[in-house]
Amino acid sequence: MLDPRLSIIEDRLSNIERIIVVSSGKGGVGKSIITSTIALILAREGFKVGLLDLDFTSPTTHIALGVSAEKIQPIEDRGIVPPEVHGIKYMSLIFYLGDKAAPLRGNEISNALLEVLAITRWGKLDFLLVDMPPGIGDLMLDVLKYFKRANFLIITSSSKMAFETVRKLLLLLRGLGAEIMGVIENIKLDDSTYIRREVNALGEKFLGEIHFDENLEEAIGSVEKLLKTKFADEVRSILWELLKT
Amino acid sequence: MHEWALAEAIISAVSQIAERGNLRAIKEVTLRIGELQQIDREILKFALSQMASGKLAGVKFRMKLVRARFKCRVCGHKWTFNENSPPNHIKEAIHFIPEVAYAHLRCPRCSSPDFEISGGRGIWISSVRGVK
Repeated sequence: MLDPRLSIIEDRLSNIERIIVVSSGKGGVGKSIITSTIALILAREGFKVGLLDLDFTSPTTHIALGVSAEKIQPIEDRGIVPPEVHGIKYMSLIFYLGDKAAPLRGNEISNALLEVLAITRWGKLDFLLVDMPPGIGDLMLDVLKYFKRANFLIITSSSKMAFETVRKLLLLLRGLGAEIMGVIENIKLDDSTYIRREVNALGEKFLGEIHFDENLEEAIGSVEKLLKTKFADEVRSILWELLKT
Repeated sequence: MHEWALAEAIISAVSQIAERGNLRAIKEVTLRIGELQQIDREILKFALSQMASGKLAGVKFRMKLVRARFKCRVCGHKWTFNENSPPNHIKEAIHFIPEVAYAHLRCPRCSSPDFEISGGRGIWISSVRGVK
C-alpha cells in the first residue's frame, strides 16, 4: 500500500526560495519568539514569508504574533491556503486544536507533519521559517527527510546545559550533511564567551548574541511593540549579517 | 476543498508509478479511504477525473471505505468513529488533520487520550493496474 501524500510534498515546497528551520534540541531557549521575529522583520522588508509552527503539541508562535484562531482560519482552496498574518503566511495546528493539548506519539507526529505538508499550499515564497519543537527525535528526522533544501538556524541559551544538547544536534545535523547556518546565543545575561568558543571549536559559525530584554515579555502579542524591542534590534542585526552571506 | 489536495497527491503518486514501471497507460487504481478523514468521495472522484490526463486518461478509480477504529492503550477498549461521533466543528478539524483527534477525542470507557487509530485514518493506494 502506498501513501499518496509522499508524492506531493516536493511539489508543495517547490516555489519556496529558502527554507530556514529554527531549531535547538533544547526547550525554553527562545526559538519561537526568534522565528516569529525573523518572519516579521523579513515581511516588513517586503519579502514573501511563510511561517510553519511544527511544535504540534505546544505551539506558541501564534502568541508571539497575536493570532487568534477564533478570528483567523486557513482558507480551503484545493487544499489549505495559510491565512496572512502581518504579511506572513501562517500555518499552525492551533487552527485545529483550539485550546486543547495534543498528546501525540512519534508516529502520530510524523503523520500530522505529512498531512500538513501535503495539503498546505504556500505558493511562491522567498522564505519559509519553520519553528521546531524541542527534542532530537521523530520530527527532526522527518524534517530532514522532507525538507531536503532546509537551512538549519540553531538557537541556544548561554547555559552549558542547553548547549550540551545543542552540541549533539549540531553533530547530528553535520553527520547527516544538513546545511547549518550557524548558532545564535539567546537570553544572554553576562559577557561569558563560553558558547562562542564552543561553537567555534566545533567548526560552526557563531552568528551573534541576543541579550536578555526585560521589555520583551510585555511586547509579546503586539507586533508593533515587539519590533521596537532591543531584542528585535539584535535579531535584525544578526539576520542582515546572515543574509549577506 | 481538501479533497482536491488529496486528489492531486493521488494523481502525482500514480503518475510516478506509471513512469517507474514503464507503463503505457494506467487502467485502474484502487484506493482505500479511511473513514476518519471524512472524505467526500463524490468530490474526490470528480477532482480525480478532472486531473487525470496523459497515461492516466480514462483511468477507473475504485474506492473502498475503511471504517475508523480506535483502541485505548490504557484500558484496551475498542470503539469506532461511528459509535462516538464528535460534534461537527471537531469533525471538520479532524477532516483536515486527523491527528487532532488526539486532542478532541477520548476513550469512551476510561477517558484516556492515549489511544491508537487502529484503522481507517487516511487514504492509501492499494493497487494500480496498467499496461506496458
